[in-house]
Amino acid sequence: MSHSNLKSQDPSSSRLIISMAIAGLFSGLIIIGIYLATFNTIKANKARELKEAVFRVLPNVTQMSQLRLEDGRVVAYSGDPDENTLYAGFDNRGHFIGYALTGSGAGFQDTIKMLYGYQPDKERIVGMRVLDSRETPGLGDKIYKDSEFVSNFDALSVYPTIKVVKKGNKTKNSEVDAITGATISSKAVVRIINLANKKWLSNLPANPPEAPEPEKANRADKKQSKTEAY
Amino acid sequence: MAEKMSGYDEMLKGLWRENPVFVQVLGMCPMLAVTNSAVNAVVMGVATFFVLVSSSFLVSSFRGVIPKQVRISIYVVIIATFVTVADYTLLALVPAIHKELGAFIPLIVANCIILGRQEAFASKNSVKFAVFDAIGSAGGFMFALLALGSVREILGEGKIFGIPLFGDNFEPWIIMILPPGGFITLGLILLFFNWVTARRAARNQLQAQPVTSSRGSHIQ
Repeated sequence: MSHSNLKSQDPSSSRLIISMAIAGLFSGLIIIGIYLATFNTIKANKARELKEAVFRVLPNVTQMSQLRLEDGRVVAYSGDPDENTLYAGFDNRGHFIGYALTGSGAGFQDTIKMLYGYQPDKERIVGMRVLDSRETPGLGDKIYKDSEFVSNFDALSVYPTIKVVKKGNKTKNSEVDAITGATISSKAVVRIINLANKKWLSNLPANPPEAPEPEKANRADKKQSKTEAY
Repeated sequence: MAEKMSGYDEMLKGLWRENPVFVQVLGMCPMLAVTNSAVNAVVMGVATFFVLVSSSFLVSSFRGVIPKQVRISIYVVIIATFVTVADYTLLALVPAIHKELGAFIPLIVANCIILGRQEAFASKNSVKFAVFDAIGSAGGFMFALLALGSVREILGEGKIFGIPLFGDNFEPWIIMILPPGGFITLGLILLFFNWVTARRAARNQLQAQPVTSSRGSHIQ
């Protein structure tokens, strides 16, 4: 067997620096390469995920348009989504259904980001979807895995304010049944929505926004969301 | 020259006899953190496999030109590059799992199994043996991840790879998918491995008296 090829003579400092520089240069080139190679796929994945989420939180929605809250006014927006971005959903005949609003705040372990559907005419929430969270597996992650909890948000009145109650004690339609064993996460979800409501509801325009130009095959990719089961 | 080397043997030792997790007790951090489901374990295993085999290949190929004084830094640069490649690839291909594994993909850089194989083996051996050795160690790590991930998912959620195994009557042991479950499962598996090793040693000792040892027959 060939033993160590590393001889014990001392190479000059410049040789060491050059070796490191070459390693760094190649490393940089490879990283740029993989970044560019995956950039479009990653961007498309994110856009598709968002679209699916909007369709999920607003029933019967087949088209959406992106809007943004700027200085207390909701305007059309086509840039990258940020925390002031909201979405308007329309059915296939172009009738306005409701808004998909974003909210985020502290959960049990890390920030929870979510999207929820809101119908201004009925003043109620019609769907909720957690976009990003690091809640405890098996307990806190029920905020999106437990369909019973998620269905709390299918027809939830937002006035006067949403409250968490112990599981099974829900009496009003502005109340949410907490998850047994994940009270902190359940409360966090409701607190985030209440906070987000404060920001959004008073700023939503009185008249429904215009439907977007008819788009085809919007709904087609909804069925493909196999990756969500995890 | 001590032992005659065979690529096959270099590979097998990482899988079982010198399993990086169960025998060498390395790589504990990803081991405990991402094994709450079998799918996560497999993806983590595949990412680590890719990084370890590619790094061993490169380190061994350039072992003659890497100056000894900066070898560790260069190994880390090489490993980090492959980890970044794995990170972006997973983000593009399996975004949902990437999200679940979170920070543990970038942290493959700090996995001591990988740097350990470079320093202990790839930097001193030919490309062929380095790759076999890397396949063995990475395979052993993947096997360990999968063993832990399956046990924890079966007991903690009553599922394997997301497929329910038991009826509705099964009450999941939530503790198994929480961190303590990782420690408990790992402890039990280590106990088993130590028991197997101790038994084998005892048997070898018994046999050693009348006949020559079955192992180590390669010694010339």
